[in-house]
Amino acid sequence: MTDTHYDRAPGDRPILTGLEEEASSGLLVYTAGLVLAVILTVTSFWVANTSLLWGPGIPLGLVVLAIAQMGIHLVFFLHITTGPDNTNNVLALAFGVLIVMLVVGGSLWIMANLNDNMTPSAELMNLHMQH
Amino acid sequence: MNVAVAIDDARHDALPSATEAGPASKRVVVAYGFWIFLLSDIVMFSALFAAYAVLVHATAGGPTGASLFNQRSAAIETACLLASSYTCGLMTLAANEWRRAGIYLFALLTFVLGAAFLGLEVREFADMIGRGATPQRSAFLSAFFTLVGCHGLHVAVGLVWLAVMMAQVAIKGIRGTVERRLLCFALFWHALDIIWVWLFTVVYLMGVRP
Repeated sequence: MTDTHYDRAPGDRPILTGLEEEASSGLLVYTAGLVLAVILTVTSFWVANTSLLWGPGIPLGLVVLAIAQMGIHLVFFLHITTGPDNTNNVLALAFGVLIVMLVVGGSLWIMANLNDNMTPSAELMNLHMQH
Repeated sequence: MNVAVAIDDARHDALPSATEAGPASKRVVVAYGFWIFLLSDIVMFSALFAAYAVLVHATAGGPTGASLFNQRSAAIETACLLASSYTCGLMTLAANEWRRAGIYLFALLTFVLGAAFLGLEVREFADMIGRGATPQRSAFLSAFFTLVGCHGLHVAVGLVWLAVMMAQVAIKGIRGTVERRLLCFALFWHALDIIWVWLFTVVYLMGVRP
């Protein structure tokens, strides 16, 4: 039965313990995650401070970099994979992402709408929100 | 999160095929339950992020993010937290192989880096409050202190948890329950790092742009 194929998350505990190469591959996975995360973080800080890039596009670029780094953390550190035992984790994550997007996107959308619709009465707006 | 049957009992037995594996091991079930908790925590943070994003311009004539935030200290805090996430991963590897010395070493490194992060954040808060940028000053600052402070509180709780886990390793020894708790701690610590990625992106990097 040793040839049975198991889906295993990168860096997760080996099924057969005591194998030397498993330990080093786990170390390799965490190190690869660290290197990728450092690259993305440095890129984020560079993008935020550079004048080489088109200004209005920078926030979008930062969001993309943050999403990429979140993916790196999920795969290399939290070991979320597409393996059969991870199905529940992935479904829960998908639901969590849905709720987060609803909360953040919905809040920003409705508050931007409110601001737009209430700007004529500037004195009223200043009561609770000053720009 | 393996496919394995009762891994603590059947370590050296022949493994059944994945489809006949039967009920998931306790390790998988525990990690799943804790993952649900982490996601609920992330949903709570999303509400704080939404509040911050809505109120970021509501400075009430007070100090703005651009005048308050120090990117250099944010970068050092990021480095500390990322490095502690890495050492926490190495602690998980040591726990998987039940290497006690490795667990202690990497737990100590994780603790020191996490404490350094927390110390820098407290110093930053004290500096801001000393300059009059208190949470009462404006809606922007209320949202800022709630969001970043809540993350800092999580880190502080994580440090206490880590100390408790080391006491458990020392007193109870490394066994199934303790190993699973260490796994949960690692998940918690990595999830905090994910939240920090969004924090430094949204607060410190976007906040200082004009």
